[in-house]
Amino acid sequence: MSDALAADRRGAGPPRFRRAWALARPRLHADDLYRMGLASLALLVFAVVALIVFESTRGASASLRAFGWRFLVSTDWDPVRGTFGGLPYVYGTVVSSAIAMLLAVPLGIGAAIFLAELAPRRLGGAVAFLVELLASIPSIVYGIWGLFVLAPFLRTAVEPWLTTHLGFLPLFQGFPFGIGMLNAGIVLAIMVVPTIASISREILLSTPGALRQAALALGATRVEAIAEVVGAARPGILGAAILALGRALGETMAVTMVIGNTNRISASLLAPGATMASVIANEFTEATGKLYLSALIEIALVLFLLTLLVNAAARVLVHWAGGGRRDVAAAA
Amino acid sequence: MSRPRPDSPARLVPRPPALRRRLWNAAAQVACWLAGASVVLPLALIVWHLLAKGLPSLSWAFFVRLPKPVGEPGGGMANAIAGTLVLTGLGALLAVPVGVGAGVWLAEYGRGRLAALVRYTADVLAGVPSIVVGVAAYGLVVVPMGRFSALAGGVALAVLMLPTIVRATEEVVRLVPHSYREAALALGAPRWRAVQQVIVPSASAGIVTAILLALARAAGETAPLLFTALGNRFWSLSLDQPIASLPVFIYDYARAPYEDWNRQAWTGALVLLLLVALLSALLRLAVRRLPGRS
Repeated sequence: MSDALAADRRGAGPPRFRRAWALARPRLHADDLYRMGLASLALLVFAVVALIVFESTRGASASLRAFGWRFLVSTDWDPVRGTFGGLPYVYGTVVSSAIAMLLAVPLGIGAAIFLAELAPRRLGGAVAFLVELLASIPSIVYGIWGLFVLAPFLRTAVEPWLTTHLGFLPLFQGFPFGIGMLNAGIVLAIMVVPTIASISREILLSTPGALRQAALALGATRVEAIAEVVGAARPGILGAAILALGRALGETMAVTMVIGNTNRISASLLAPGATMASVIANEFTEATGKLYLSALIEIALVLFLLTLLVNAAARVLVHWAGGGRRDVAAAA
Repeated sequence: MSRPRPDSPARLVPRPPALRRRLWNAAAQVACWLAGASVVLPLALIVWHLLAKGLPSLSWAFFVRLPKPVGEPGGGMANAIAGTLVLTGLGALLAVPVGVGAGVWLAEYGRGRLAALVRYTADVLAGVPSIVVGVAAYGLVVVPMGRFSALAGGVALAVLMLPTIVRATEEVVRLVPHSYREAALALGAPRWRAVQQVIVPSASAGIVTAILLALARAAGETAPLLFTALGNRFWSLSLDQPIASLPVFIYDYARAPYEDWNRQAWTGALVLLLLVALLSALLRLAVRRLPGRS
């Protein structure tokens, strides 16, 4: 488009007139001003990200200098003595997100197959709408539900069952609190399933129909044909899962409300814990002293870099799988 | 089993798949139906509990009264509702010009490395956890100002709205047919007028959709407000003071050890969901008016 229009910027016409135009017109044409104005707004977007990186690095500098790499491997978080180690929070973030992925990936892919391949068109459309609705619920609402509905249910029904039947595993030992890693993992799973399901659905719908038809023509059952389609869409589905992981890692409010907020590392999933996001939400306004605040900002910095890495991987995969289709990439 | 002779008609009739394959076929399909159902189940449960626990305390007073001290019954969240409107409005005021401008630039002039950089940073921004945005806004606005303020909360929300608006605006401006551009230029309009007065207006329904989408997401955000706007138990709309917001209010009331407050937190969550649903409904109406998508 702009190839055709490029000539328009400085007056159209045969080449020999161009110089005359350039001389006759003021240096800064309204078109240039307009373009540069828009470009400066676009650069503001870049500036915002740069500012976030700059500010969190600057805020974390005191902690970075005081603890260095030990910050990431130390479990010692003691505001009174002024020593800070972020390992319990990194651990909590990783474990709660792992539980979420374990639950959400199979369910999300299953739901995507249901929506794209199995459901009658009307039903599929309706369910896809509900899935989008689920994605638009604010995280604080998930949090209050997890705290007042899911936690009592886990405490009275699920966790006692787990301790009696699977209690030989260290994962399911200890007192059933209701709040803790398991609760956080389940709430996170509910929150990220829509991401996996709706992006995977888009990707399944964008695979060529010939694949399915060829499989069916060769005598495959319906599920075997679907397996071919899913196989072809594998990178995109993986991308959707990683994108969901990025959301789970950074999710704050719902997790803060249901995880219990202690900085102990426990093997048991029934025990309370804390994540990087939840410790910031919990302690930031109460942080007294420069180093305490700086340690919390360093946790924010680590979280930022972690999600940056995860999201970059996901975008590459989704983009690749979608064959550069803009709408699929936009759905991500 | 004897193999059919090559000329036998039995060879032309496909054999049904083996039992194992048929069982697997049925089982996997049932599993996918169940997965589809299990994704919708939490939505039904959450909406049900919100209605069951939030509806009884929902009254007119909830919308027009201020919070009461602990132990006194009644009271409402008028200040938090107003605060949420102020914060999201302020966020939109900051994010819309930048986001729409950047989106139009990406769609109309966005080639080369600079555009790729802006697109990439918009994607990065979309993935930044909201709590990290809150931390950055604390350092950039709260610390220099010396106090928590509505302004800081609005800035944080604006940053969260920005990527949605930028990318969606780019998408819809690209959808405007070429003939519009060509017609405007053929009439002698300079390029900036073609963009500003023909292309952007014809993409306006899509741009409004993008803005509403960003607003709906921002209205429910809690984490970036915790240490920017902070919260306020009194009526305040001034931008340089801490301001209440519905999500933070719900958070505080849900964690409080008072049953009455917990009840009000449920009602607040119901109101917040209704607010978001209202925005989403507007969104659907706007989408319906989108050119080329009807």
